[in-house]
Amino acid sequence: MKKVFTLIFGLLFITPSFAAIEILITEGLDGAKPIAVIPFSYDGIQTLPVGLADVISADLARSGKFNPKAVMEMPQQPMTDKDVDFTAWAEKGIDTIILGQIRDARPGVFTVTYQIIDIIRGQITGGGAQMLSDGQLVTSNDHVMLASKPIQFESNDFRRVAHAISDNVFEKLTGIKGAFQTKIAYVLVTDQPQRPYQLVVADYDGYNEQEVVRSNEPLMSPTWSPDATKLAYVTFENRQAQIFIHDLYSGSREMIASFPGINGAPRWSPDGSKMAMVLSKDGNPEIYVMDLLTRKLTRVTNNRSIDTEPSWYPDGQSLVVTSEIGGRPQLYQIDLRTGKKKRLTFTGEMNLGGSITPDGKSLITVNRTRGNYHIARQDLRTGAIQVLTKTYLDESPSVSPNGNMIIYSTLHGQNQVLALVSVDGRFKARLPSGIGQVKSPAWSPYM
Amino acid sequence: MQPTQLLKYLVVALPMLTAACSTTTGDDETATSTNATETATTGATAGNNGDTVEVMTLEQKRQMQVEEEKRKQDTLRKTNTLFFDFDDSQIQGKYFEILEAHAAYLRANPTAKVVVEGHCDERGTPEYNIALGERRAKSVAKYLQNLGVMSSQISTVSYGEEKPLDKSRSEAAFSKNRRAVLVY
Repeated sequence: MKKVFTLIFGLLFITPSFAAIEILITEGLDGAKPIAVIPFSYDGIQTLPVGLADVISADLARSGKFNPKAVMEMPQQPMTDKDVDFTAWAEKGIDTIILGQIRDARPGVFTVTYQIIDIIRGQITGGGAQMLSDGQLVTSNDHVMLASKPIQFESNDFRRVAHAISDNVFEKLTGIKGAFQTKIAYVLVTDQPQRPYQLVVADYDGYNEQEVVRSNEPLMSPTWSPDATKLAYVTFENRQAQIFIHDLYSGSREMIASFPGINGAPRWSPDGSKMAMVLSKDGNPEIYVMDLLTRKLTRVTNNRSIDTEPSWYPDGQSLVVTSEIGGRPQLYQIDLRTGKKKRLTFTGEMNLGGSITPDGKSLITVNRTRGNYHIARQDLRTGAIQVLTKTYLDESPSVSPNGNMIIYSTLHGQNQVLALVSVDGRFKARLPSGIGQVKSPAWSPYM
Repeated sequence: MQPTQLLKYLVVALPMLTAACSTTTGDDETATSTNATETATTGATAGNNGDTVEVMTLEQKRQMQVEEEKRKQDTLRKTNTLFFDFDDSQIQGKYFEILEAHAAYLRANPTAKVVVEGHCDERGTPEYNIALGERRAKSVAKYLQNLGVMSSQISTVSYGEEKPLDKSRSEAAFSKNRRAVLVY
């Protein structure tokens, strides 16, 4: 007779994989929609490495749009939609729950199914709504908003599968594409005497950290290729600034710019064919666009003041740049076809490091007002500016590919750490690191 | 008396020549011309004594002055870091003498090369600070060139905010990090 273990592994098997960065939510859960991800049931005899429901809960919390309930707050832990006590959940004010079932497929391989349950609908129909089909009354189960097909995965793939489920749940409930399977690249500076500068790629939640390069000299400004297979960055390993392209799969590196002076701030064009960059070979920092196939440079700016930090509009036709042409650094749009320059920012003493959100509607900027550097969002149509952060020395904002969240670098105590803020400014979280200074985050495109 | 007069002329003219090619600021010029006048006076006084003695004295004095100057410049050259005000790349007056010492060394050793590193504090974005750091490095490089150093002897590199001298993030630390460093 086969012995069946049903393990609620969210409680019993908490063995999280190593992560240098963990996320601490500092603000914004109160306004988010309550939800419950019930610990997935397990029918099998293998050891599960991590709780899927925990990862999904954490993903949904970090989106800033959901407030997942802790296991202790759950009135029950149903295994399937037939077991749900709709009234008990409704009384708790929770109108959506996620259920899941894991089974053994074969050694080292599992199968998972999951469902999104609409508690309010279930309460109305009692979980047994009927509808006419071919003249017959049949059970419609319309309280089940989504029932997944079985997904097979290997044991070392747990986190990825959890993020994939989070993506589907998030999109079903918000209409926004989930970005939980994306990655971040960032620079880590440790106090070690040997090669303290590291370029690291990790899952967006800080797990699965992988060192890309490690150097005795500074590494800066990582930027993703649009297909998320390569990084471009600045390295000082040869005692001068140089721009490299690094293939994340083969590990091969290629130097694309090593001119006298600054070789900095690379940014891939949305179609992947060009690289915007800053070179000072002709005197002072100017914006150039390099055709990556021919390596031909086109000079975009030409004046005696500092121009830096190019970033592409989503349509690839214009750049946002930081320019001192008006005295203090402010953000300008430069149309690449006409060369016309238009000032975008007027609020604050300085605006730096601008980028346009994926929907093309907002400008994200590092705004300096009364000496304080904060991340701000400016509506491109109305010009209204909203300061999103209140941390200290905020810089290097990078927007998630779905436009929902911004990751940036800030000072917390004596350490440079990464932090998250939702584009509407309501949700805030910190990603403290125990080892060294973390900076220059770059959020990957969809993988 | 002919050689003495020639010598007197040289004694006056030599420092002036040096002054002409080495100074860019009012302060330095005043210091050097005062020096020249003193030497001339000494020469004139010495002219009353015998020729041989006079020449020896002047040569020795000159030699001593050169050595003294060299020692002073060697000491000055030990300072290789200049600090800047916030968001500023202007060289402060207190560094003129130090830069002159570095320039003198580079002029005397045309094969010597120097790298001027520009650095910033952490305020502002890393990429903007790279630009600001370069401005600082270039302002030092230009100053050295004005003192007669060949541009081929000088290169610049900006590290922006990436290599802080003091990592404690106080206002005092920030001011230590806003700097240019001469590296031979």
